[in-house]
Amino acid sequence: MNNKKRFFAVPYVVWMTAFIIIPLLIVVYYGLTNVDGKFTMENILAMFTPINMKALVYSLLLSFISTVICLLLAYPLAMILRNADLKSSSFIIFIFILPMWMNFLLRTISWQTLLENNGVLNTILSALHLPKQHIINTPYAIVLGMVYNFLPFMVLPIYNTLVKIDDNVINAARDLGANSYQTFSKITWPLSLPGVISGITMVFVPSLTTFVISDLLGGGKVHLIGNVIEQEFKFKYDWNMGSGLSLVLMVFVLISMAFVTKYDKDMEGTNVW
Amino acid sequence: MANKLVDLQNISKAYGDNVILDDLNLYIKENEFLTLLGPSGCGKTTTLRIIGGFETPDSGKVIFEGKDISKLPPNERQLNTVFQKYALFTHMTIAENIAFGLKIKNKSRQYIKDKIEYALKLVNLKGFENRSVDSLSGGQQQRIAIARAIVNEPKLLLLDEPLGALDLKLRQDMQYELIRLKNELGITFIYVTHDQEEALTMSDTIVVMNQGYIQQIGSPEDIYNEPQNAFVADFIGESNIIDGIFVQDEVVEICGKKFACVDKGFGNNTPVDVVIRPEDIDLVDPKEGTITGIVKSLLFKGVHYEMEVEANGRDWLVHSTDLSPVGAMVGIKVDPYDIQIMKKPESEDEEAVVNDEQ
Repeated sequence: MNNKKRFFAVPYVVWMTAFIIIPLLIVVYYGLTNVDGKFTMENILAMFTPINMKALVYSLLLSFISTVICLLLAYPLAMILRNADLKSSSFIIFIFILPMWMNFLLRTISWQTLLENNGVLNTILSALHLPKQHIINTPYAIVLGMVYNFLPFMVLPIYNTLVKIDDNVINAARDLGANSYQTFSKITWPLSLPGVISGITMVFVPSLTTFVISDLLGGGKVHLIGNVIEQEFKFKYDWNMGSGLSLVLMVFVLISMAFVTKYDKDMEGTNVW
Repeated sequence: MANKLVDLQNISKAYGDNVILDDLNLYIKENEFLTLLGPSGCGKTTTLRIIGGFETPDSGKVIFEGKDISKLPPNERQLNTVFQKYALFTHMTIAENIAFGLKIKNKSRQYIKDKIEYALKLVNLKGFENRSVDSLSGGQQQRIAIARAIVNEPKLLLLDEPLGALDLKLRQDMQYELIRLKNELGITFIYVTHDQEEALTMSDTIVVMNQGYIQQIGSPEDIYNEPQNAFVADFIGESNIIDGIFVQDEVVEICGKKFACVDKGFGNNTPVDVVIRPEDIDLVDPKEGTITGIVKSLLFKGVHYEMEVEANGRDWLVHSTDLSPVGAMVGIKVDPYDIQIMKKPESEDEEAVVNDEQ
């Protein structure tokens, strides 16, 4: 019986080994060696050169801003969804997930068209005799792209934790004398924290590592750490440097993951994925 | 007579077309243990939620100590609720749960500490301060929910099927516990349940509800011994509800035989419902009985035997500590004061439930 069960796990083990563990080991190998295959810390320490540090700090900043905006937009929406009846809330969630069925690149490229200097937005603005806005190829466009692409990843985990809060738990707080603000700060917010933390991680990590959004909406003028790594691989063919920088970035990913595991013990926020 | 603590006046509530309560009037006296009893969907929980402030009545008033509180939010009402399934705050320790209401009211640390200790002692959970909610059994969680409510010294405690999720033995223990608490604290209890035994055991007053209407208000003895309609008779305990004709005062005809009773004033030769509790039927020698029948089935129930006796075209449910074997000829005899006469139901909600939920 036990052997049979193990047998069924074989394809997954093969998959994980071939496509996750081995590539990861290759990245570690490249990151810690130079072109001649000798051990070196150079590729890791390259992160601390001013130009790379600048890209990293800028990436952290833009990801942070995007995450905060996502949280500010997502939490009220998740609250509304929680209080709406099942029919309308599942409809709103459907609307929210709908764009995610379209290709990520395609969605980002369409923002290019919307935000171009002679794009849809500026055409509408000039038709209304309002001043044109220069948004494309600025950090604003990148933040917009991040928020647009990753907002659902914030809404769903928060919504998931909020719907699990029994109405009577909230009623009990009210019954014990808490007004609506106290009920939120002492009951609803702490109980929804696992979802909030999952949401933050699920927005922050992909924002931090993206290079597509900054490529398409930053026009090569805004350099994020993802772009730096991409260039090492694609244009300089320096796999060792690219891997080394990836390893450093991975530290941030691991910190975020550790955070989630600590606060979201039941994986409440992530189980929809 | 004690004062009215809560007075519900002409309360109506509907969700769309679904009328839950229709012109309900009810008052609760100070220091009373009042139970709202009825099947699910009878409006008992809605009534409680209206008093607690979690629902707003479509019309009517909730008067609390002479003041109209219909429009007040729950946090401004001088009462507390023990919820079905406890609704404890799982992200807090037991002590924090109990302290919640007191912290909101900005009580001093020492006061809160003393109160927590007092409340835990009262519910027999001394030393549980730092335990987590998840580490407690259902019965213990229930006690914490009660402790959390009573530390606020409410004048009125609302309990919404608080024992529904507990097993039988624990439920019985908690019934005694609740009565003890009520007597020690001297607060008024409004208790919602669908369990008639629970209601009979604990209450000073029982309000039997069905389909949004009050069927009968009275002491447990009144409700059990003198049900006012077929619904109450059927819902509370087991009973034989028999079509009869009220021949004249103190005489009723059942299954073609005249029985002496003690009721008066139903009008001569009027069709009525007659209730006879199974334990009130005496099985005697066929010659002595008012009617005679044959024992059809026999079940041993522990305290008594449950028998079905076929006589004059119907089955009579009989409880007796004396055994009459299946197939035996028996006489059925009922004492006059054990016959309860009721008017025929005037509306659907007064009728006996055909498919008993339990």
